[in-house]
Amino acid sequence: MGWLRSIVREVWGLFVDDGSFAAAIVVWLPLAVLVLPRVGVSTRAAGPALFAGLAAILIESVLRASHRRSK
Amino acid sequence: MHLAWTAVAPARAVWTRLGTTVVAAFLASLVECVEALTVVLAVGSVRGWRSALGGAAVALVTLAAIVAAVGPALTRIPLHLVQLAVGAMILLFGLRWLRKAILRSAGLIPLHDEEAAFAKNTAAMRGGAGSGRGWDKVAFAASFHITMLEGTEVVFIVIALGAGGTGLLLPAGVGAAAALLVIAALGFALHRPLARVPENTLKFVVGVLLSAFGTFWVGEGAGFAWPGSDLAIPCLMVAYLAIALCLVPMSRGGVLPVEG
Repeated sequence: MGWLRSIVREVWGLFVDDGSFAAAIVVWLPLAVLVLPRVGVSTRAAGPALFAGLAAILIESVLRASHRRSK
Repeated sequence: MHLAWTAVAPARAVWTRLGTTVVAAFLASLVECVEALTVVLAVGSVRGWRSALGGAAVALVTLAAIVAAVGPALTRIPLHLVQLAVGAMILLFGLRWLRKAILRSAGLIPLHDEEAAFAKNTAAMRGGAGSGRGWDKVAFAASFHITMLEGTEVVFIVIALGAGGTGLLLPAGVGAAAALLVIAALGFALHRPLARVPENTLKFVVGVLLSAFGTFWVGEGAGFAWPGSDLAIPCLMVAYLAIALCLVPMSRGGVLPVEG
């Protein structure tokens, strides 16, 4: 059963290694899907807005990791 | 002119989706196959090839059965729900790879070293080497274990890429199978780990591809109208790639050699 546990651990590790990075994505996706169309963002602009949020999360996470490691 | 464009555009969109699916599955699977090959080679060279290859073969059959069972079952779920769920998972997966590849390229975390992994696994396998006759349980289990671990990631990638639209499971599977064949052939010919494979560069590219697919599918599943329809996928790839390439020098604050 040890191999099964390591597979479960491996599958979890597929999605999460930096907790706050994964949490930010998990929070942003439902916000973008549910909230953007209700606050007047058109369906044509919602896709680029979804991308912009994800790009911002990536940039913030990489720069934060860089500052943390350079200290 | 307008009629010609309307005929060409859907065909181009179909090929864009099929082509990017095959390439993404191939490259992502290539990385995982290299990691599995390193351990299978270490096991086989120390404890014998019969048990090492037997363990890997049983794991591959198990993984193929999982794809055959889970893949078609996904087609019974409404497409927009699959796109939302799989898109979210592939985003978590792809953006994690991309972030890690950026940090590795910037020299902030160490690169994966297949030669070191091979030496470590070879040393671990030396104790109580098999007799060469019959099945060596340790070698079989080690080989099965690593093939299942890395193969699970390949299965996830194939199912995730294949779930994005009708008829995409086959091209995703073809991409993964091609990667397996290429790596198996190279491993068979060289009998040593593929240390020269630019693993981080591959992870960089795959991170970009998967992030673009994930973003597109979440948008499609949510009912967003992407400008350019399917052609938004390559545009997203270019945008993620540009951001990632800018982040490498920004995060290292100097110039370090990037893995080829």
